[in-house]
Amino acid sequence: MGNIGPIIVLALIAAGLVWLLLRALKGQEVDRRVIFAFILVSVAAPLLMPVTFKAKPTPIVRALFDAIDELPEGSRVLLSFDFDPPMSPEVQPMADVITRHVLAKKHQAICMTLWATGQAQFNITMNDVIKTDFPNLVEGVDWVNMGYKAGNEGVLNVIRTDFKKMFPTDANSIPFDSIPILRGVRSCGDFDLIISLGGGRPGLKEWVLFVGDPTGVPIGAGVAAVVAPQLYPYYPRQLVGLLGGVKGASEYESHFRDNYEQYRDMPTPAMVMMGPQTVAHIVIMAFIVIGNVLFFLARRKEGQS
Amino acid sequence: MEHLTFWGHFGVWVAAFLTLGIYSFLYRDNPWYKFTEAVFIGISAGYWVVVLFFDNFYGKFWVGRGEEPMLWIGAILGLMMLMRLVPKIGWIARWPLAFIVGATSGLWMMNYLTSNAMSQVQSTIMPLFGEGFGASFGEIIGNLIIIVGTFTGLIYFFFSKEHKGAFGATARVGIWGLMITFGAMFGYTVMSRMSLLIGRVDFIFRDWLGLIQ
Repeated sequence: MGNIGPIIVLALIAAGLVWLLLRALKGQEVDRRVIFAFILVSVAAPLLMPVTFKAKPTPIVRALFDAIDELPEGSRVLLSFDFDPPMSPEVQPMADVITRHVLAKKHQAICMTLWATGQAQFNITMNDVIKTDFPNLVEGVDWVNMGYKAGNEGVLNVIRTDFKKMFPTDANSIPFDSIPILRGVRSCGDFDLIISLGGGRPGLKEWVLFVGDPTGVPIGAGVAAVVAPQLYPYYPRQLVGLLGGVKGASEYESHFRDNYEQYRDMPTPAMVMMGPQTVAHIVIMAFIVIGNVLFFLARRKEGQS
Repeated sequence: MEHLTFWGHFGVWVAAFLTLGIYSFLYRDNPWYKFTEAVFIGISAGYWVVVLFFDNFYGKFWVGRGEEPMLWIGAILGLMMLMRLVPKIGWIARWPLAFIVGATSGLWMMNYLTSNAMSQVQSTIMPLFGEGFGASFGEIIGNLIIIVGTFTGLIYFFFSKEHKGAFGATARVGIWGLMITFGAMFGYTVMSRMSLLIGRVDFIFRDWLGLIQ
């Protein structure tokens, strides 16, 4: 009985699409607001009546998971929160699950941001993941928040050789030398893995160009889908793994949950979002088909006249 | 929702009001949309002014001005940039601008050449059957697609010879490769934009209306 709701909604959407096609075939105009309404329903319905899919990790997602998983305990992982609220629905789930993975493996998490808005996004991860799932971890010993520094790639160009020069204190104004987790960190070369979370500029591309390639430190990333196709060519030579959009995030969440029993009940926002994503994509594909049918019909009519 | 304070609830209502205001444009242009758009632009500008003032001017220059003489050069260049606001001496702003253009090009040129040209070329020159012939069937197909796609794509952009015969056929394969790439990029863009919509709809249903627990 629990599945009857989504089935009814999907049937209604399908019937609506057929109605649109028939209407269009008769040459009647379709108001653009009708299309917007379809998209709204196709997004809202799976949220109200959740449809979840089990996501199997693709090799590029699995590679990032393995890169974190195979590091020896206590490795230094730099996490850069380079995103803002508009990117949050896609990138925040990645930031949360990757941070959870890093800390569950008992690595040291050094967090920073190249975006002024990234500080607030880190706070979300800090409250929802670090303080909730790892209340015993100590700030400054197990993890640290270095905060935001303006300067885009200029910041990366400096921290490549001198981390302390750009970050003389952490976000709470505690001096660099007084932070235990940073003992032995001179430059980016002292990190075992760097993970860029974002999708704009500065972002992954700058991390690869200014830090990853010159120092040889492995770089992984989670990025918004809109930039993912431009970044895939960096894999596997210049990137250890990449999560592209909410699909990549859902694959990572699913794989992490399968491998870490203790987090079986953790929130999986990306997996929840894949329901509306899938339905919305099917509706858009249907619109593309309807649009093309009409285009070819109109062309044939023009040819006949 | 229960644990929110009065101001927490107030914030959720304001966010819902602004979200609906922005989406009201989909029906048609209206004063509610214009208001929310103006609020967004104003708050964004204000936020950046405050952040950059405290991070750059105060955090970098003002705090370290006594120890780092080089910071004064940056401060003077910054001041020169503001000369744009005075039309008569606006030309002074060209100097710091020239400095930025020069420094940025220098910074990017070598890194770009190494990472985006050399390394990418190196990634394309690969053993078709994997190192030690260890590649799976799927990997071999993938390698073939990369090699053929790169080669035919480059042929398409070679305009010194007319695209006819075998050369033209190769270029057409390149066009197909480009079209498939654009299709994939469009698909990813749709996914990204849908994620934004899902985020806002989720906010409306979960945080504002409390329909999702």
